Amino acid sequence: MRDGKPPAERIPILKMGEFLLVTIQVEMHDRLVMGLQDELTQQIVQHRARGVLIDISALEIVDSFIGRALGNIAKMARVLDAETVVVGMQPAVAITLVELGLNLEGVRTALNAEKGMALMRRGFDAR
Amino acid sequence: MVDHQSRLAAILRDQESRILAEWTSLLAKTSRGADRAETEEQARTFARLLAQAMAQDATGEIDGPAWAKMRDMLTGLSAARARQGSTPSETATFIFSFKEPLFARLREEYRSDGEGLGRESWTATRLLDKLGLFTTEVYQRTREDMIERQRRDLLELSTPVVALWEGVLAVPLIGTLDSDRTQVVMESLLQRIVDSGASIAIIDITGVPTVDTLVAQHLLKTVAAARLMGAECIISGIRPQIAQTIVHLGVDLGSVATKATLADALILALGRIGATVTRSAPRA
Repeated sequence: MRDGKPPAERIPILKMGEFLLVTIQVEMHDRLVMGLQDELTQQIVQHRARGVLIDISALEIVDSFIGRALGNIAKMARVLDAETVVVGMQPAVAITLVELGLNLEGVRTALNAEKGMALMRRGFDAR
Repeated sequence: MVDHQSRLAAILRDQESRILAEWTSLLAKTSRGADRAETEEQARTFARLLAQAMAQDATGEIDGPAWAKMRDMLTGLSAARARQGSTPSETATFIFSFKEPLFARLREEYRSDGEGLGRESWTATRLLDKLGLFTTEVYQRTREDMIERQRRDLLELSTPVVALWEGVLAVPLIGTLDSDRTQVVMESLLQRIVDSGASIAIIDITGVPTVDTLVAQHLLKTVAAARLMGAECIISGIRPQIAQTIVHLGVDLGSVATKATLADALILALGRIGATVTRSAPRA
């Protein structure tokens, strides 16, 4: 890893109370999403997070790998007792995922980050 | 070669009125009363243009510039007839029936010259066949244009997305759902969800005549895509017949909320967004 290659790109994960915030602002590629998966699971455990909000409003292209990885991240979070909310999906991305047969069952969704936060807060009050 | 072809043009020119008289009486037998005058007018124009075109260009190549007027006239005639609903055979027969009076004249002209008659008949037949086929092609093209236009109109007309309430959208679907239309519905619905920030979309299928597995699959895709974006879908307008079909086909609508009427769906939607409807004394 360290033999002359530039340091790997990372997607920042922000901690806000008992939630983790992930904003995907760059084009996703396979290595990036695997890195995110690694780091997010670590941080959920480390901060004992109850919810993860992933904002993909800047994401314009998805393929089956990225789509499946998103679903997997949600499942992993669930195992670690954290709810995942995916927010801000673009229509084109939604259509692509559906056509690929990736309905992201079990992942909660919201139109934007604000509604996603409200959804998570409501969810935790009900617990 | 040139000699005998110029004679066909000459015959057409000299005998125009006689050929025309015979032709129109022939056409009168087949055409109905109302369009008889119109048919006669068309016959007159056709005979005149044919004589003119033959005089300028006797090769019989109807793509040439000398035949431009003839082509225009036939295009107009064929398109008009296509719109009136006559069959392509009827339109082509109109042209082909010109052969009978023309061949009668040729027989008179070439009474003693069998070879000349054969040659001349062949030239005339080829020419008229080409013209007849040309009308058929135009007819077909006109119909195709018409179908294409109607298809586009239908696509646009039948996919409105309306706002019922703040945060509640409705898509009243009318007509059969195929892949193309589902795509249009899906795209316009998702775009409206983004634009308006609506959290609930009601898909009303009162106007969808039949629901088979494919249509159900299309509906479910739309619902799934809307869900991915964070909006919930309610399917309403399910008629008893459709409900039976859905169950018989073994279609699984999964966790999608379904309601019999749009009104029920609206009440459900209002409940989900936390709005209540109360009844007060009616005002005049």
